[in-house]
Amino acid sequence: MSYEELDTEELRTRAAEIRARFPEGRERSALLPLLHLVQSVEGKVTPNGVRFCAEQLGITRAQVGAVATFYTMYKRRTGGKHLVSVCTNTLCGMMGGDKTYKALSEHLGVGHEETTEDGSITLEHAECLAACDYAPVLTVDYEFYNNVDEEKGLEIVKRLQAGEIPMPDRGATPAGLAGIGEQLAGYGDGRPGAVAENATGEPTLRGARLAADHGISVPGFDPNTPIPSKQEGK
Amino acid sequence: MSPSQDVLNKLTPVLTKRWLSPDAWRINTYEKLDGYQGLKKALKAHPDDLIQLVKDSGLRGRGGAGFPTGLKWSFIPQNDGKPHYLVVNADEGEPGTCKDLPLMMNDPHSLIEGVIITCYAIRAERAYIYIRGEAVHAARRLRNAVAEAYARGYLGRNILGTGLNVELVVHSGAGAYICGEETALLDSLEGFRGQPRLKPPFPATHGLYSSPTVVNNVGTIASVPYIVLGGVDWWRQMGTEKSSGPMIYSLSGRVVNPGQYECTMGITLRELLELAGGMQPGHELKFWTPGGSSTPMFTAEHLDVPLDFDSVAAQGSMLGTTATQIFSDQDCPVYATYRWIEFYAHESCGKCTPCREGNYWMVRILRRILSGQGTHDDLDTLLDACDNLLGRSFCALGDGATSPVTSSIKYFKQDYLDYIEGRTKPLLDARELVGAH
Ligand SMILES: Cc1cc2nc3c(=O)[nH]c(=O)nc-3n(C[C@H](O)[C@H](O)[C@H](O)COP(=O)(O)O)c2cc1C
Ligand code: SF4
Ligand code: FES
Repeated sequence: MSYEELDTEELRTRAAEIRARFPEGRERSALLPLLHLVQSVEGKVTPNGVRFCAEQLGITRAQVGAVATFYTMYKRRTGGKHLVSVCTNTLCGMMGGDKTYKALSEHLGVGHEETTEDGSITLEHAECLAACDYAPVLTVDYEFYNNVDEEKGLEIVKRLQAGEIPMPDRGATPAGLAGIGEQLAGYGDGRPGAVAENATGEPTLRGARLAADHGISVPGFDPNTPIPSKQEGK
Repeated sequence: MSPSQDVLNKLTPVLTKRWLSPDAWRINTYEKLDGYQGLKKALKAHPDDLIQLVKDSGLRGRGGAGFPTGLKWSFIPQNDGKPHYLVVNADEGEPGTCKDLPLMMNDPHSLIEGVIITCYAIRAERAYIYIRGEAVHAARRLRNAVAEAYARGYLGRNILGTGLNVELVVHSGAGAYICGEETALLDSLEGFRGQPRLKPPFPATHGLYSSPTVVNNVGTIASVPYIVLGGVDWWRQMGTEKSSGPMIYSLSGRVVNPGQYECTMGITLRELLELAGGMQPGHELKFWTPGGSSTPMFTAEHLDVPLDFDSVAAQGSMLGTTATQIFSDQDCPVYATYRWIEFYAHESCGKCTPCREGNYWMVRILRRILSGQGTHDDLDTLLDACDNLLGRSFCALGDGATSPVTSSIKYFKQDYLDYIEGRTKPLLDARELVGAH
């Protein structure tokens, strides 16, 4: 994509909207969302994407580049249609995530941050995804699948390769990497119903459910309890 | 076996209670379940009284360090003519920690309500929620809730006709654990690489854009509406004198029913295990983290340690994020340590030498031990590296990295020696060492 093709009226309008989230003179704060935005258009952060961010914020390309290379979610190589991330941090890894990662890597014939020949899937191993109560987990385009053993992992990627999109256990239908970038840039999910899709699972609710089942609540809650005031007479 | 009544009575569903209502993330449902009542009540009080209320409640930060929240708020200079900011730390990335994302998924408005009350108390007109980039699912819910709150007049200008203005932005990170450290987070939010700043000055005086800023964890801010509504005495009936209130304990690993258990602070792991149906069949507890991988591991000896800030510290660890990752006799503590150190090595921001180099070398030494090629000297070298990290690194990431190493050597030296002296079959293949991730 040439710079002129990237630098559209529409993208510039978005950039202005993002800048407006920050106080005047503090527009540089828009850099992370802007990088997400250009990545959603081009599938990775390209020199043109870097230039776009630099021009929108009035900073140098070197300054943008230094930031883009610091964060793992900004990719320098074109990814596949979907990003499959397997948690191999200690707990998930030891509970089966390592095996799942290995099985997927062998099946797809790719390693960490590599993309299948047909361009359908980029594979990566991820750090703890804050879902350890569902270990081992994997995500597709950052939507969650719980308790993924080798078999379940293989089924998920095979369906993705066949052009299907298996519904995640928590999160909305995977939007593809391009679809996610806009949300990362701070926009709502425009797909009807996406916000309502699969929210939760039993581990999340376990403590609350156990309490409810046994009729346990914290006694004495009175929302009209006065807030003590020292301000009287001031 | 179902848990005994005594243990069941330690459950304190407060922040997690609404999670059972599948539609609580919608503003209509939230409003029916006491939603935004705390805000309405708070707006009738004087901001200083709210700061005092939070001080009196004894609320301590839920992000890991347990700093008293009201005290932090009171450090914000008032009438200084500078804009004030509230920044909510939703970067949840400490291995084992998994309580903030479900809160934002299931009950996002409770966090937003807490944000508005806090802004009113500390006199801030702008707030940012810095959410971990990968948490697309939770951010989606949160952004939807923020839009709903604006539409109802809870956010924006002249909130509920009181003249209060609060703008709230949900800002996604881009994949860096270090951005959970509060000053690295501020740099990241300003559009820079996420690297920690020198402290002091602290964010309370020189935070976002060098202005007075409160940085608090999701769970801390989401607690505020309950304290405003229920009052100090109600809140303090939970927990201990110095660790008041409920706490969401996250159980993961070799337990029958892993998950989120909100309990009175000071519950023990033995009791939590009872709630969670015990260890999985065929698994015996061997080691566990009281509050994420940066907190020194505990063993079966510590089953009865009350899990509050001070009792855990007295036993040489930290309450951290109450992320209890539970491992059994079928899990190797040396291997677990190796994987955690790989994590710290990967996430080290590279700013200071002890952390950047120390973690790099510790990974290699642990790998050598696990591949059956370790020496007795390796244990000393590991401890020496930790010595150079602890208290000598620029931020707490470096300190945290020493926790798994020193605690595993303390409790499981024999496991290390068994690899070194050839009694345990190598877990890693020496040939795999080249280019292993
Ligand atoms: C490496 C590192 C990562 C951290 N990650 C988080 C995090 O993800 N969420 C969080 O709330 N605090 C995190 N903290 C702690 C914050 O620096 C800070 O203490 C906290 O946000 C303050 O909020 P609180 O007082 O409400 O706990 C981290 C600290 C370090 C050193
Ligand atoms: S301790 Fe590690 S993460 Fe912290 S500043 Fe130093 S290099 Fe960066
Ligand atoms: S270790 Fe995999 S989600 Fe936490």
